[in-house]
Amino acid sequence: MIEIDVSLTRSTGFSLEAHFSAPGMGVTALFGRSGSGKTTIIQVVAGSVKPDKGRIQVGDEVFFDSAKGIDLPIEKRRVGYVFQDARLFPHLSVENNLRYGQRRARHDQSIGFDAVVDMLGIKPLLKRRPHTLSGGERQRVAIGRALLAQPRLLLMDEPLASLDEMRKAEILPYLERLRDDLRLPILYVSHSIDEVLRLSDVVAAVQNGTVIAAGPLSEVLSRRELLPVLGRFDLGTIFECKVKSHDISLALSTITFADGELRVPLVDRPPGAPVRARIRSRDVALSLSRPIDVSVTNRLSGVIRDIRREEGPYADVAVELPHKGLLHALVTVESVERLALEPGMPVWAMIKAVAVDSRSPHFEARDEPFTPPSHSAAPGLRLVSARSLPQESS
Amino acid sequence: MLLTPDEWTAVVLSLRVAFWATVWSMPPAIFVGWILSRVEFPGKGLFDGIVHLPLVLPKVVVGYILLITLGTRGYLGQYLYDWFGISLMFTTAGATVAAAVVSFPLSVNAIRLAIDGVDKGIETAARTLGASKLDAFFTVTLPLMLPGILSGALISLASALGEFGATITFVSNVEGQTRTIPLAIYSATHMPDGDAMALRLTAVSVVLALGALILAEMADRRIKIALGRI
Repeated sequence: MIEIDVSLTRSTGFSLEAHFSAPGMGVTALFGRSGSGKTTIIQVVAGSVKPDKGRIQVGDEVFFDSAKGIDLPIEKRRVGYVFQDARLFPHLSVENNLRYGQRRARHDQSIGFDAVVDMLGIKPLLKRRPHTLSGGERQRVAIGRALLAQPRLLLMDEPLASLDEMRKAEILPYLERLRDDLRLPILYVSHSIDEVLRLSDVVAAVQNGTVIAAGPLSEVLSRRELLPVLGRFDLGTIFECKVKSHDISLALSTITFADGELRVPLVDRPPGAPVRARIRSRDVALSLSRPIDVSVTNRLSGVIRDIRREEGPYADVAVELPHKGLLHALVTVESVERLALEPGMPVWAMIKAVAVDSRSPHFEARDEPFTPPSHSAAPGLRLVSARSLPQESS
Repeated sequence: MLLTPDEWTAVVLSLRVAFWATVWSMPPAIFVGWILSRVEFPGKGLFDGIVHLPLVLPKVVVGYILLITLGTRGYLGQYLYDWFGISLMFTTAGATVAAAVVSFPLSVNAIRLAIDGVDKGIETAARTLGASKLDAFFTVTLPLMLPGILSGALISLASALGEFGATITFVSNVEGQTRTIPLAIYSATHMPDGDAMALRLTAVSVVLALGALILAEMADRRIKIALGRI
């Protein structure tokens, strides 16, 4: 468990109020707009910024307690910090960068050099100097360097923000692997909803220096009142699912959640593995009768809960599924009028595309409707899963 | 040879004085440069002023202050002499002290700029990797400010080689002890047939200065390549 309960006021007038806890495993995303104070929160955890008062505890170690006068120096906290700008030591080779923290962690060498180098694919870089590396390579080395310092907690401050889309796509699988292979809690700062959705299990939403909501991702991101804070993003609906079966000949997988099943392109995860399905509202169409003769495979029946006018010609229709799941559909106001849609009406939702992300096998959402996944099932598939990009079905 | 034995003595003495003045002033210059760059404290402005005083005071005044503090009968000098038998008057050691004091603010400035240029974030990164403040300074900050230390040392060397006013006031103009190149040139201009000597020593000064500049440029390039800045 990571318990953060701090407040801080700066001379600039910026003030921070962070009172939340994060699980001792998996990725907790600190999500909010630039300048909202996300980075300050992890700086406070790292010890490079001192809060005015409060308490920070990670596992059974108290990092900071203003009441008891505890303020552990940075180097005693054993947090791995991956900075947005990598901050490799320019005068050292990649190998000596990696070993810098390792040499100083005499007490513990449980995260091995070769394992980290293999996991991050940085073996060919060992003899090189940081300035000869690409942005993505630098960030991988920085992650390796942080891991080899044998941290009990990993802090990542927008590690992908300075990279272009290609490089992001290069690093993301490594981050997923990190999350899945190491039993290490990660606090991940990001303003990109895509990264948050892909990596995290728990989200703390930050606005104007205050953590305004924290909890399991699907729960926090489905709170519509948070939308203005989180920024308008084309999110739609998130369902925490499990892989049920694969059909290799059709290249399709079936994933299940409380309200039914979805057929998606083959997912690189074994049956039973937790995955996250994201359905954009604009990929959902509505029908009053059971749709037949349509190409869309995924159909769910439900009842309209509310209709909300959006910008432009659109309306957001929230459809309540049998087991209380809410599915959002973005349709035109014209369609709403033509079909005379109203709350309480039964409808069929046709889902044109589902993006599937793998989830941390360590983390169980509080409302997890499924039994824990069998971690050992088809271990060979797990490395492959690191390459699973969000997939879309039609 | 091109130089007379007297002139050789002056050249060798100059190099010795400048070398040791630089060597001895570097560690305190690094320390003071670091304080000025990284530490905030009340009275920092005054401290900064005192450090830079030798730069703005007439060098004769600096020499005179050294004389009344470190001279055999000076405020501190008398104890040095009574307790340890150390006298700086008329000695090479005294000339070295004078050169070091005068060049100190110049090297502090160069080093301070170098430390300003070292990203604090990189030091923080070292701390999160388990390095104490001191450890981070020696393994990260110091190597990264090597170009600054080098230019500080060069400025110190050049200024020590050219030191005149403080030296002649503090330790006088004693051949073989305190008569460095500038003092030797000064003496030569007072001799009826000293023009040739003054000219030769002037040529030596030019060669030394150029040589130092070229060496420093080469070393700077190497360090920057090692640090990945080129």
